[in-house]
Amino acid sequence: MAISTSAPNNTKTHDGSPSGAPLARSRPSRIHRQRLRAAWLCLIPMLLVLAAVAGWPLVRTIWFSFTDASFSNISEYGWVGLENYLVYDDGAWYGVLADPTWWQSVWNTLFFTVVSVGAETVLGLIIALTLNAQFRGRGLIRAATLIPWAVPTIVSAKMWGWMLHDQFGIINDVLMTLGIIAEPLNWTANADLSMWAVIMVDVWKTTPFMALLTLAALQMLPSDCYEAAKVDGIHPVRVFFKVTLPLILPALMVAIIFRVLDALRVFDVIYVLTSNSEDTMSMSVYARQQLVQFQDVGYGSAASTVLFLIIALLTITYLYLGRKQIGGES
Amino acid sequence: MSMKLAKRLISRIAFYTLLAAILIFTVFPFYYAILTSFESGSQLFTVEYWFSSFDWSNYASVLGEASFVTSIWNSVLVASSTVVIAMAFGLTAAYALGRVKFRGRGAVLMIVLSVSMFPQVAVLSGLFEVIRAMNLYNDPLALIFSYTIFTLPFTVWILTTFMRQLPKELEEAAIVDGASPMTTLFRVFIPLMWPAMATTGLLAFIAAWNEFLFALTFTLTNSERTVPVAIALITGGSQHELPWGNLMAASVVVTVPLVVLVLIFQRRIVSGLTAGAVKG
Repeated sequence: MAISTSAPNNTKTHDGSPSGAPLARSRPSRIHRQRLRAAWLCLIPMLLVLAAVAGWPLVRTIWFSFTDASFSNISEYGWVGLENYLVYDDGAWYGVLADPTWWQSVWNTLFFTVVSVGAETVLGLIIALTLNAQFRGRGLIRAATLIPWAVPTIVSAKMWGWMLHDQFGIINDVLMTLGIIAEPLNWTANADLSMWAVIMVDVWKTTPFMALLTLAALQMLPSDCYEAAKVDGIHPVRVFFKVTLPLILPALMVAIIFRVLDALRVFDVIYVLTSNSEDTMSMSVYARQQLVQFQDVGYGSAASTVLFLIIALLTITYLYLGRKQIGGES
Repeated sequence: MSMKLAKRLISRIAFYTLLAAILIFTVFPFYYAILTSFESGSQLFTVEYWFSSFDWSNYASVLGEASFVTSIWNSVLVASSTVVIAMAFGLTAAYALGRVKFRGRGAVLMIVLSVSMFPQVAVLSGLFEVIRAMNLYNDPLALIFSYTIFTLPFTVWILTTFMRQLPKELEEAAIVDGASPMTTLFRVFIPLMWPAMATTGLLAFIAAWNEFLFALTFTLTNSERTVPVAIALITGGSQHELPWGNLMAASVVVTVPLVVLVLIFQRRIVSGLTAGAVKG
């Protein structure tokens, strides 16, 4: 799930001392110390929980990636070094990094990410611009665009699986009625189409999120430059590219980065819509298949670790670029 | 003059066509699932665009299945407990991060943000070991535990944003009155945070209700599953004999409560999703 997109900061920082309050010299510092202690008391439980559910399991996953642990008996394992990643043995390379299926899943994930986030951004922009206009029933349509977001991913995958059914699906029926295709397509099983089916479902499900974030950015734009542009008779398309887009670009970039990070770890929609087909397998699907289905915790952990590194690298780049916005008072 | 009028008319028509397209795009798949859920027998195998019957038999057969009803109960239990836990830890942390300036605050915020970006599969084997060690495998409690990994970071994040927006004067008044920070948190801030808590709680609930990967991996038997997994695992005789009517009825059952909640709280949800955000 994506979360809200920029740091909770920017407002004036609340420093400890009630500045300007005519209090005795010793009181602010005592109060300040008291507040600091309270702050850490409040934070430590949360940090401990995060360490237990995220920090430690991550460390263990990385550890397992150097072992031959198995899912059925995870407590007995031997150290194998880099064997799960890449090893040269008997004239051939083995390991995740030498597995063509892994590289297929990397390529699938990248293709899925670029195409679906690209489509969501464009569609989201169009929807946001439309909903930004004044018209009757705007609230109703705005509410309706939240529906796909509320539908669980599994349910949306099943709903679309039914709509894309090769024999009884409504999509084939519509396309045949319109004369676009001559015979029904097998969307989820055909190697050339299945990735597009997955992308279609994802675009349907997450475009509303993109549209809402874009709409929020649009509604914060100052109206005076639009009035000026209107008075000067500048074409709306030109206004969009010269004024609107540059102004909402920072917000749009934040939304895009969040969606990209989300898309890179895609699992459910692919797992349900096209099962374990190699044509659509993502990095997460590959890793889980190794872990659970093939019971190979070491190998699956190696794949998970590579995926984690990719996402961590992107996250660090993003945090580095946006650190002025996120750090608050640095 | 009439040229201008015609032009305006055309742009109006274009605008409303676009609106209709957006509406169809967003609503149609769900509408079609409802439509299908009321069809049975041979009706399923002809494509229909409008309701021609209201056959409740799919619902009867889905809700008549004990394991599906148990999954609903499991989902309710898991999602609400997750919300309570995320709230308890998130509110106190948000107070510290939102109201107190201290060394390392930026670092804590970074950690929280980074955790929310973890690929779930990257902690799968580590979590599995922890859950085994706690003897929680194939127990919904394992899900409550593991869902904290994604609900807690965004709860902290959103609540911090809202916490910051509360006026400074309230806190100063409390300090002048001699209230301790904890008293200030529980007596002054938390009562004011109800709207923010409702928003965040709803988002956490939806996230937990919809989760699939952990639920699929950490539960094994029908009686311990949550609804997304139960739906994903509904199978027929073969790939081509899926009971689509039942499947759609089950889908509608687990989605309608969410859609109703989302429509009621839509303003809150939008403000939660964009909280403090996108100012650029």
